[in-house]
Amino acid sequence: MSTGIRFDGVTVTYGRTTVLDSFDLTVEPGEVMALLGPSGSGKTTALRALAGFVEPAAGRVHIGDRDVTALPPHRRGVGMVVQQYALFPHMKVDANVAFGLKARKAPRAEITARVAEALEMTGMAAYAKRYPRELSGGQQQRVAIARALAIRPGVLLLDEPLSALDARLRSGMLAELARLHRELPDITMLYVTHDQVEALTLADRIAVMDSARLQDCGTPRDLYRRPRTEFTASFIGTANLLPVTVTADGVRLAGTALDVPAGGAAVGAPATLCVRPHLVGLGEGPNALRGTVAEVQWRGATHRLCVDVEGHRVTADLPELPAPPPAGAEVTLHFAAHDAVLLPAGTHG
Amino acid sequence: MLVHSRRTRRALQAAFLALFLPVFALPFLVVVTASLATRWSGVLPSGATLDHYRAVAHADALDALTTSVLTAVTASVLALVTGTWAALAARGSRLRRAIEVLFVLPVAVPSVVVGLSLLVAFSKPPFLLNGTSTIVVLAHAVLVTAFAHQSVTAALDRLDPAYEQAAASLGASPLRVLVRVKVPLLLPSLSAAAGLCFALSMGELSATMMLYPPDWVPLPVKVFAATDRGALFPGAALAVLLMATTLLVLLAVSRIRTKAAHR
Repeated sequence: MSTGIRFDGVTVTYGRTTVLDSFDLTVEPGEVMALLGPSGSGKTTALRALAGFVEPAAGRVHIGDRDVTALPPHRRGVGMVVQQYALFPHMKVDANVAFGLKARKAPRAEITARVAEALEMTGMAAYAKRYPRELSGGQQQRVAIARALAIRPGVLLLDEPLSALDARLRSGMLAELARLHRELPDITMLYVTHDQVEALTLADRIAVMDSARLQDCGTPRDLYRRPRTEFTASFIGTANLLPVTVTADGVRLAGTALDVPAGGAAVGAPATLCVRPHLVGLGEGPNALRGTVAEVQWRGATHRLCVDVEGHRVTADLPELPAPPPAGAEVTLHFAAHDAVLLPAGTHG
Repeated sequence: MLVHSRRTRRALQAAFLALFLPVFALPFLVVVTASLATRWSGVLPSGATLDHYRAVAHADALDALTTSVLTAVTASVLALVTGTWAALAARGSRLRRAIEVLFVLPVAVPSVVVGLSLLVAFSKPPFLLNGTSTIVVLAHAVLVTAFAHQSVTAALDRLDPAYEQAAASLGASPLRVLVRVKVPLLLPSLSAAAGLCFALSMGELSATMMLYPPDWVPLPVKVFAATDRGALFPGAALAVLLMATTLLVLLAVSRIRTKAAHR
């Protein structure tokens, strides 16, 4: 019963503005795919095109092996959970959860059983006879999830489901969603968020979006370790992005030659060197960068050193130093060649 | 509160009461007093009596009251259905403005014009309604639909589309979304609109005067007829009857509204 999702060159326009530009993405059955991007990147539009609330100007949307592009929302069989919960205020919790089953004309006994099951699964069984306004935000979101799960959808769409909750509740709900997916491994999830922590925690794969386009797609580890664009590198985690020039035996950051394999890049071409701050070491080593300490931040377990190297700011996150260098001191930083990634220049959004 | 000083607030409230209470409340007080007066030649009436109520409490007046209530209820229902339907249908359509103007038109012209135009339009077969109660109800519906339409349109604009989208994603057909989600959520606005339509229809006179058949005489016509022939006090008693009934219905409707809003 597993159902995949496929976007085929989906373009959505509002008037003259293109909010989603030839979007291609395949989500495997049972996979959790996060659509990650800043606001206005087109991620919610992609989800709404899948749910049927916006009509693509071009392209096709498939759920399973069905082309649903022309189907109205109520025939698409996707569950949806939105940021503002959208529980029906005039119905009690159990009636909210039963809504989809009644719309499908399920037998009464089955409705009762499935409502109980869905409320049990989300830990809301004790609240069946409450009205939504009598529940906290986190509880309302649980009911919204139960309501979407009760119809046993092949695909569950989550549109910033945790954004309205406070930080503590959010991490609890995140664990809860991960547990739900372990219990329901057949459900394919499309999870729209602007929060990288949510995406990294929950997703099997992340689709990074910016400026109405898909920028990058891969497993969280892959995107973190081997980003393909400057945008991905800076949006997922923090990154030092240094403008370098490709040379015959590596790259060059202004006057400093670095031993980083340039792949197939042409000699003399500009590129961007990406190194994660926690992979930068202090002291002599391979790929030494000499510079002046601009700032030292103590962060409990780590020290963050901001060093100006050849006119560029390099950040290093180091295990807490017994005697951190003062601002203005000359220091040497280094990084291992295999910790660095060379990106095409000018791929920042 | 814009004004924080307690004394200033009191003074403003007093000024408000002094300026507006006479304009809004005094006329009604006069009508109620007149309906209970024996004679009224000085500043205050000379004595109190229930004779006028006894005089109007015969079948004739009660028939007129029933006629008025039936007319107002039917016209309000018609107006609500038409207004809501139009408001729902015009959403996102370019015809929205045109429909709005069309509904407001009857309010913008004197209602005798509405009466006259209905008379002209429906006096020949196949639409021969002249001399029937239907044409009175129709006129009232035409006159009050604008209010139903506007209040439903405003409520729809405020309604978060997330509700209907959630319902649709759960598999509810557009009809089911309308009946189970949208209408219940619009209920407070619908009942407010119903109350307004009912009250307007209960007091309508000008168009009614042109259209009413002898067997369908609404109460305002009776009030007018009574005062026209100089029977001011019995006319006042009829007017009080009209006001009391309208108020009673409005109270009942507002109870439904409070219940709907508090769910």
